[in-house]
Amino acid sequence: MIPALIVFAYLGVVLYIGVFAFRGARGAGAEDYFLAGRALGPAVFLLSLFGTNMTAFTILGSAGHAFANGILTFGLMASSSALIIPLTLFFVGTRLWALGRRHGFITPVQMFRDRWECGHIGTAIFAVQAALLVPYIVIGVMGGGTALRAISGGVVPYWLGGAIVALVVMSYVFFGGMRGTAWVNAFQTVLFLSFGAIALVVIGRGLGGFSTAMETLMASPATAPLLTRERSSPLVFLSYTFIPLSTIAFPHIGIFCLTARRMGQFRPTVICYPLCILAIWLPCTFLGVAANAMTGVPRIADKLEARTTLAAAPSSMEADERAALRREAAGDDVILVMLEQYAPLWLAGMLGAGIMAAVMASDSQILALSTMFTEDVFAFYGGKERFGEAVQVQTGRLFVVLVTTAAYIVALKAPQNIFDIAVQYAFSGFAALAPLLVAALFWRRSTKWGALAVTLWTAGAVLYTARVPGALAWNGLLPVVPMTIISALLMMVVSLVTRPPSARTIAKYGWPVAHA
Amino acid sequence: MSRAKRAALSVAVVAMYVAHQDVWFWRTARPLVFGVLPAGLAYHAFYCLAAAVLMWVLTSVAWPGHLAPDEDAR
Repeated sequence: MIPALIVFAYLGVVLYIGVFAFRGARGAGAEDYFLAGRALGPAVFLLSLFGTNMTAFTILGSAGHAFANGILTFGLMASSSALIIPLTLFFVGTRLWALGRRHGFITPVQMFRDRWECGHIGTAIFAVQAALLVPYIVIGVMGGGTALRAISGGVVPYWLGGAIVALVVMSYVFFGGMRGTAWVNAFQTVLFLSFGAIALVVIGRGLGGFSTAMETLMASPATAPLLTRERSSPLVFLSYTFIPLSTIAFPHIGIFCLTARRMGQFRPTVICYPLCILAIWLPCTFLGVAANAMTGVPRIADKLEARTTLAAAPSSMEADERAALRREAAGDDVILVMLEQYAPLWLAGMLGAGIMAAVMASDSQILALSTMFTEDVFAFYGGKERFGEAVQVQTGRLFVVLVTTAAYIVALKAPQNIFDIAVQYAFSGFAALAPLLVAALFWRRSTKWGALAVTLWTAGAVLYTARVPGALAWNGLLPVVPMTIISALLMMVVSLVTRPPSARTIAKYGWPVAHA
Repeated sequence: MSRAKRAALSVAVVAMYVAHQDVWFWRTARPLVFGVLPAGLAYHAFYCLAAAVLMWVLTSVAWPGHLAPDEDAR
């Protein structure tokens, strides 16, 4: 119970930072609540941006995925992100920041509406973005439930753990807005960046070094493939390089880009991003793989047995039975189990807090949804003019409560593991929306009809792949690849056959009018 | 920025993207780097370091200062 108490103390600290430390901003306007007054400093900007993008699956899901799939996990999600995400921040993030500063945009949809001279098409983009963001928020609540249950040794049930995490996140987002959320994120990032290295050292010492574990894995035909990528195909590997394109298209990242005090703050963020990825993903992946050698730990042995049974199961096995085996074999809590085995109780609690830090990253998504609703719907359709800015901020807060409650209810019902949900819906969908940003910022001939085509295609493709998994997979490539390429093609073709924005708008965005 | 610099940076970015697809370490775990890291995992760990270097070069050579001219003046 000691680790659980330490984690509860950590939750109290987080709540304090988010709620009380920034009450000075009480009564300030929408820009202050939703964008921290566009005044975040360089350290908070870097740490918070990174933390915002690291969710439950960074620690729990990545270790669980590596437990089942081996070292493949790191190349799939970490090293591809280490290149693509900083590149998008460098090319797209800086431009978003500059436009936001110049024209007062608070959300990407405001920029799209202005750039493409549209109203309701912006609302359609909002609707698709919002629908895709909810599963991402659900991940946080699910991760919270899983982590608290594991840290407390089952004393705190999943439903209660999820409820506690949802309540804490909701409270500091509700009161602290972007400033509170950013500071909490920065604090959490420091914690979970330290987590990886400490967990590695502690578990390594407990095991007497990792060399024996690796040699054991390599010696067995059942586990040796976990140290290579022979069970996966290079085309699947290639497909995953499209997934990080989703990051810049996530509204919470786009909105976060607008919070920097100066554009120069992107510089350290872009350079340090790959290093932060390395610091957190390498230990988690490595530990997830190494867990396969810990057959002496009963809970890990049970998982391995369930995996073996599942692999040998006849095709006639009932779906429920198969799902139960899959749940039993899942390794989302494998790091927690190892810590329980090898770390002293107080340290397991500290490390548990590090895990909670990553798990609770859904705060920015909740705030982003609230920002989008109040700016892209409430304010756009006259609410701000009619009721004033104070009511707009209160509406945003109400939305925070509604979204968190909805995410919690979904988390209680959702059967799939963390990693699957994240990839299947949110990441692929947002990767397919990335051409919107690229076209808006870099292609003067892009039009609102091209944007609508991309939006409708993404919505349809996500719904279709959710109903028929793998339906859009093409020649060994995952659905995310055709989804993104078709999005880009639709933007090009539809834009070329429809009327471009006015010369005034083209000039406003810095392109020479004569060539428009 | 000159055309040559722009071309060199573009090539570097594309080369980095291609280097992610390391089929040469696909089916082998050996050598274990530092005695514990399988070759494929170590490769991608070093890849992250190389990405950081590339970002440093990009932000040094191709920084879009024109987007925030006031900042440059400070």
